[in-house]
Order: sequence, then structure tokens, then C-alpha cells
Amino acid sequence: MKIAVCIKRVPDSETRVKIASDGKSLDEAGVKFVLNPYDEFAVEEALQRKEKAGTGEVAIYCLGSAASQETIRTALAMGADRGVLLQTDRVPADGFEVAKALAAELKGGAWDLILFGKMAIDDYNHQVGPMVAELLDLPCVTAVAHLALEGRTGVAEREIEGGVEVVEFPLPAVITADKGLNEPRYPALKGIMAAKKKPLDVKLVSLGAGGLELLGMAPPAERKEGKIVGEGAAAVPALLTLLREEAKVL
Amino acid sequence: MSVVLAVCEQRDGVLRKVSREVVTGARRVADGLTGTVEALVLAAAPVKGTEELARFGADKIVTLTSAAFSRYAPEGFVQAIAARVKSGGYRVVLFAASATGKDLAPRVAARLGAGLAQDVTDLGVEGGALVATRPVYAGKALAKVKLTAQPGLVSLRPNVFTPVERPHPGTPETASVAVTAGRVVVKEIKPAPAGALDVAEATIVISGGRGLREPANFKLLEDLAAAFGGKAAVGASRAVVDAGWRAHADQVGQTGKTISPSLYFAVGISGAIQHLAGMRTSKVIVAINKDKDAPIFKVADYGIVGDLFEIVPKLTDEIKKLHG
Repeated sequence: MKIAVCIKRVPDSETRVKIASDGKSLDEAGVKFVLNPYDEFAVEEALQRKEKAGTGEVAIYCLGSAASQETIRTALAMGADRGVLLQTDRVPADGFEVAKALAAELKGGAWDLILFGKMAIDDYNHQVGPMVAELLDLPCVTAVAHLALEGRTGVAEREIEGGVEVVEFPLPAVITADKGLNEPRYPALKGIMAAKKKPLDVKLVSLGAGGLELLGMAPPAERKEGKIVGEGAAAVPALLTLLREEAKVL
Repeated sequence: MSVVLAVCEQRDGVLRKVSREVVTGARRVADGLTGTVEALVLAAAPVKGTEELARFGADKIVTLTSAAFSRYAPEGFVQAIAARVKSGGYRVVLFAASATGKDLAPRVAARLGAGLAQDVTDLGVEGGALVATRPVYAGKALAKVKLTAQPGLVSLRPNVFTPVERPHPGTPETASVAVTAGRVVVKEIKPAPAGALDVAEATIVISGGRGLREPANFKLLEDLAAAFGGKAAVGASRAVVDAGWRAHADQVGQTGKTISPSLYFAVGISGAIQHLAGMRTSKVIVAINKDKDAPIFKVADYGIVGDLFEIVPKLTDEIKKLHG
């Protein structure tokens, strides 16, 4: 199994978001960055598939700033074999530009699988994986929570509104991972030490602006001050009156 | 003439409600561009209920049929939509940011070589340009983006674009299309357990957290949901999903679903930042928690401090009376 996993460095989900003085980006002061949680499922899936096959390679691809080397090392510490950083200081708002750069790098790699997280928890773009598939003309299933491979055929399950879609596809393919696909491992100390010696290529890339121009970022509207209706079950009738007469939602 | 294409959704030959929202969004954009709205439905055979899209502003309602379209067929859909858009005149293509739309829209964008603003919560025309607002960092910030290329592709977050009646002619047109066999095939759809609503689609969501103490106690929330008569879904905090008490599909928060129901109950949930990010756009938030200092009370419109094991059953009884 030759598997590529595309990952991203993102702010931890407990981050309090403060907008930087340019009005268009995150103020990174004091922010802890992590491997995008959905990408952890992709890395874990790749490792399990390689282990099951008994042979193969798991290569990590990441597009981002120089600091993303640290994120790639996290994936290498989990057990991936090598990493490639497509280094750029500026990631455009248009995910298609990111997809083009990744597709150009992955092209001709004879991959059995190319894995992504279903989305990054910073930009919520939900798009780079299927765009790469389209650019490489590969079959693709997104937001996969269960995956079975039998020879060169895969069966994936993905959640849809009110049910689960069961999707069949041939390899090679692009899969984006949802939570539930597996239980990602924590890097062990041995893995962390080994990761330091694993190959990590850095290639400078320059991306176009694409079709989306970021005009600005703003905090969401504050919710108006709420009220404590009361204490215990005795407060339930008053709550219902407020929901019916004030909020008009019942 | 600028045509705004509204890609609608059907399942099992019935139009999905989110299609009204897509057409409503398309009408708003078309009015800003003095253009027209073309609603597009892909199906194996003509779909029930498409004519209602005229009420929400469709000038034309086009159904493209193929035997391959009995279920969602990603590659066939991309081929048919891209071919239609390339035939000319389309300025904007709108999708629903549903499970299908989030899968389909990026593929169409890549096929057309266009950018995509995914999962937007506001959309308008400013100085002739399409401008979209997208929640980023799970809604901890809102990014405003201008679509500078044509066509501009946008997917609309479900439950945000409230359908508005704006009657237009809605001239129907049906054509069969030939598409090549796809490699990716939806073999079946396993339905969710009877009566179980998706948290992203329900108008009322009742979520539980660690305060429920053990998985079996979610029965209390399921009973409350049932009392609302099929309008409510049961959600969960990350803590209880990670503990294996509830399915990931029910998780509300930054690594789960970001939802905007009319009424949200947070029961035994303290209100971690990542959870608040997922539900803060709910219209009305009710918190039930024993800790009066829990952060959840800071975003709640109404709070009750106390023992959820007493409060929730009482609430269920009262709601039953109301609906009885």
C-alpha cells in the first residue's frame, strides 16, 4: 500500500479567536497549533492500512508555513515514513489554489490511496480533498466514517441527513476522513525520537490568489444577555411561558 | 442576462426541503444582479414537488434525468452540472452545504476551474460582485469573501436561508442527459433509526453532556425530544461522544456539527469553547445545569440552575401537556 496523507496545521479547538490588526487573520500570539483533528483520522487510517498490507509507504504532505514542519513531525511520530512540506507564507482563501498545488505534487505518485481529513477546523473549507481527486481524475468519497478494502475495491460509509450512504469505489482513490473512522494513536516516545531522523523535504511554493478575495474577518454577533429563570423543576412552568410568549418558539 | 443556477436536492424522487433555501438564496442574488433563477434537479425521473420552487422565486425549473441519478452519483452529477454551466450564461452556481452538496460543490468547482465559497451563512451582491460570509474557526469568526471569478460557486449552510415566498413563473423543462458510468457508486442508503432526526436538520435540538452521568440517562432527553412530536433531535457534547456514549453524528461543536436550530437545549453541558462554537447561532438557547457559574449560562437566553434529573422529566410532562 502506497498512501499519501495530506494534513494541515491548525489552531487547537479550545483557542479563543482574536482577530489580528490587519482585520483579515488570526492573531497567533499565544495560540497553540495542532495537527488538524480530522487529519489524525486520515494518518491513523493510512498507518493501519500499511500495517495490514505488511508493506508499503505512508507519505505526509502539508501545505503551509515553515512552522508546519512541527505538524509533519507529529504525523511522522505516529508512524508515517516521510514528509513533504509545500512551504508558503500565504495560504489563499480559495481552497482550489491549495488543491492545485497539492495535486501537482501528488501527480504520478502511483498512490493506492490519497487521504485527507474531511475538513480543517480553521477555514471549514470542506473542499481540498475532492478538488484534488477531480484534478487527478481519481474516484473520491468524502466524510468517510467506515472503510473496508477488499483487493482493489473499497466500500465506504458516509453520514448523510437521516441515514448512512454506502459507497463502492475502485482503488486508487481519494478518501476524506470523518470522526469515527478509527481511534488515532498517540505518538510514543520512541516514535517521537524516530521521527526526528525521518526524511522531510521542504519545497517552496507560490500560490495564486484564485477566485476568492478575503475582504475581512469579524467576530460573530454577541448574543444578548440571557436570564436565569429560576432553580430546579419549579422553574419549568416559567421557562415554558417565556419560550411561548417572549421567544415565541413553542 | 445573468443566470443564477440553484442546484436542488431530491431523495427517492421527493424534493428535499433544503432546495427551497437554495432557491431563496438564488432569488436574492438574482435580484441583485437583475438576473434570473434556474432551479436544477437531477433525478432518475421527474420529481414530486419541484413546481413549488416557483413560489420561492425560480423563473425556470429544469429536471435533468438519467437512469444513473436514482441516487446521488457524484461523477455523473458533476458531468451534467459542469456541462450545463459551460453551455453559457451562468454567473453564479448555488448548492446546499448538505452532506451531498459539500461533496458535490468542490468537484464541480474543480471541473470548472472555479473557486468555491463553501457553507456560507450570508450572501449578497455588493457593487456588482458576489460577497459571501463564511463562519471560520467554527463560527468564532466570520470571514467575508468576494468571489472575483465567474462563475462564482457558493454552498449555503442549511437552516440559515429561511425560505421566502417570491412567486416567479417557474417554467418547467425536463431533458434526459447521457452521462458516463461513474466509478463511485452509492449502493444503498441505510436509514437512521425510525423517528431519529438529524441534529443539523431538526428545528429543536436537545443536547446532553457529562452531567447525564451515564449513557442510559440519555433516555430522559429522548423522551423530551419525543414530547415535541417529531421536531426534535438529541445531540451530544464532545466529552460524551469521545467517551463512546453517543454517536459522532450527534456531536455538536467544532469537531462535530455546527447547527442553527430554532430552539437549543444544553442539558448538563458546561459549555466548552468548542461546544459553544457549534451552537451559538441557535435562535434560542436554554441551559439546564447544576453549576450556576457554568459558561453555558453566558450564551443561554434562558437558564435553569438545578438537578437535570428533576428538571428534564418535569419539562417533558409540561411539553406533553402543551402538545396533548
